[in-house]
Amino acid sequence: MEKCSVLLTVNDLKMHFPIRHGFLQRVTGYVKAVDGVSFSVCCGETLGLVGESGCGKTTIGRCLMRAYEPTCGTMIYQNERGETVDLARLPGRQLKPYRRELRMIFQDPYSSLNPRMTVLDIVAEPLRVHHLAKGKDLEDRVAALLKRVGLRPEYMRRYPHAFSGGQRQRIGIARALALSPRIVICDEAVSALDVSVQAQILNILQDLQLELNLTYLFISHDLSVVEYIADRVAVMYVGKLVEVAPTERLFNAPRHPYTEALLSAVPKPDPRMRSRRIVLEGEVADPANPPSGCYFHPRCRYAQARCATERPELHDVGQGQQVACHFAEELSLSGVRAN
Amino acid sequence: MNTAGIIHQTAARTDTEAPIFVAPEWKLVWWKFRKHKVALISGIIIVFIYLVAALVEFLAPFSPTATNSKYLYAPPQPLQFDGGLFVSGYTSTVDKAALRRIFVVDPTQKIQVGFFVKGIPYKWFGVLPSDRHLFGPVDPTQPMYLLGADRLGRDLLSRLIYGTRISMSIGLIGVFFSLLLGIVLGGISGFYGGMVDTLIQRTIELVRSIPQIPLWMGLSAALTFSISPVQTYFAITVILSLLAWPDLARAVRGRFLSLRTEDFVMAARLDGASQWRIIFRHMLPAFYSHIIATLTLTIPSMILAETALSFLGLGLREPVVSWGVLLQDAQDIRSIATAPWLLIPTLAVVIAVLALNFFGDGLRDAADPYAR
Repeated sequence: MEKCSVLLTVNDLKMHFPIRHGFLQRVTGYVKAVDGVSFSVCCGETLGLVGESGCGKTTIGRCLMRAYEPTCGTMIYQNERGETVDLARLPGRQLKPYRRELRMIFQDPYSSLNPRMTVLDIVAEPLRVHHLAKGKDLEDRVAALLKRVGLRPEYMRRYPHAFSGGQRQRIGIARALALSPRIVICDEAVSALDVSVQAQILNILQDLQLELNLTYLFISHDLSVVEYIADRVAVMYVGKLVEVAPTERLFNAPRHPYTEALLSAVPKPDPRMRSRRIVLEGEVADPANPPSGCYFHPRCRYAQARCATERPELHDVGQGQQVACHFAEELSLSGVRAN
Repeated sequence: MNTAGIIHQTAARTDTEAPIFVAPEWKLVWWKFRKHKVALISGIIIVFIYLVAALVEFLAPFSPTATNSKYLYAPPQPLQFDGGLFVSGYTSTVDKAALRRIFVVDPTQKIQVGFFVKGIPYKWFGVLPSDRHLFGPVDPTQPMYLLGADRLGRDLLSRLIYGTRISMSIGLIGVFFSLLLGIVLGGISGFYGGMVDTLIQRTIELVRSIPQIPLWMGLSAALTFSISPVQTYFAITVILSLLAWPDLARAVRGRFLSLRTEDFVMAARLDGASQWRIIFRHMLPAFYSHIIATLTLTIPSMILAETALSFLGLGLREPVVSWGVLLQDAQDIRSIATAPWLLIPTLAVVIAVLALNFFGDGLRDAADPYAR
């Protein structure tokens, strides 16, 4: 956090999806997929975003890409010339230049590549849309991109069905890099791959980050992957951030009971360490009808009366760690390597 | 380092590029389709039928409207061979009790049948004048009824060939109209969703809930008798397509809905591609094969509907010749009893409809070569 130049600041971001019913499509409620999330991303870092399925991780990524129109909140982005702009409020036409600077890598390497287009067309599509290259120049740039992600440029006349999952994900990465982005949102970028291929892709992502000074928002449900790649980690629960901390700190000394429970679920190679798994009671809260107070209190081992009525805000607890828990300072929780 | 190893590893097996790796969609569809033998044969039959429809004037030995009072209800003459093709002539007697003419095939009379014989003049595709026919009696005044004659002594074979053009084209043109309606309405419905979608879907349900035959009757009653046969033809096509578009609209809508959430469509949006580019470059290629398959399966129902309408006397009328119009002659039991060959057009309908259905099935199965 010391010499960090902030690239993106998200403030009170909310994404509420209307629930419609009946013939007239009347709105009968809202799914609060993302409900007041604030965080910032520094230039050149990797921010991991973790949480269980349905907690709103992907929705945050898609809001940042403006694939969804956020209900409210700001997303202040600092562009290369140092000007700041609120991506949440930008109308469509003015958004186009920022589509070059923020790019996304998708989870499923099968459905994210159009099977009817050649690799050349897939990777060249963003260049064509932004009128950046054509003809021979376009092919050269695609060839260079493929080489960069470890694919042979001769493959560019092939269709995606000629490639394995890992190779397809490389094509997806090449497409994301085509426009020389500054921020890349990796939405579960390795979740659909085998463990050995995951490692290859993670290494490529790290190499590219160093080479091109990329900033990653790494969305994942896999804590070991996040521990490997992220500099800082943000933990989400039912549309809210519960803890943000540098990776080392979060894994060693979590301050939120949910983080503790999540970490205890990470598989450990040492059989003597396996007994202390915390099994959470009950179901994940429904984002259309969240509980009162702290969203986590019905399942929290440390919950007290205050938790059911008063909603804790994300606050600083020192050493770059922010926690949304009334008792963050009092609880002593165990991390992955804690004794 | 890591990446270099992978390059090396994959290099070995790709020195000769396997055709499947660079095969575009239509090739994959074709490879999958040709495994379906019945569909393949059906495809050949369909090509043949449409070829017949295109070349009726040349293929039909006689005019479909030429009557001959000497040969009313003449039975089919078998084609024979004795070094040259010939058919036997008729001798006819009048059965005084039944008050009708009885034909007996007379083997002593030989009527030579030749290829590329002179007959009634016509114009190739309305331009090139000619009077040659693929086959026919060498002497055009001699009778040749390979499939028999109808109540006015007209050659059923020639009429059947002429009917092919009308019956097959009505399916094609009708499908074209309903495709337009279906793509526009289904596309709007699937792409925009929400209220518009609900409205269009409810309209489709309404259209589908109307009983078909009373609706046909109402619509054809609305057509006045004074309009020309060509106008009737178009009116019938429009009526048929007005009833067929809901199925196509549903197919298009379903495709749009499933594609809208595909990651590669999202990726195109995030590339900054315009709405038109997303629809025409990314979404449309993903479902045109399905649409063609659905279209092929719609044509037979159109042909059947036309046949049914004309049979009931609600559709096309003389002098237009379609398979349905031909079957009108076979409406009463008496004519079927005395001239069962009048039912032969049914066979043509069955063959065409079956071939189109099998062909459509094969296409539908092959339409998505990427299904996992």
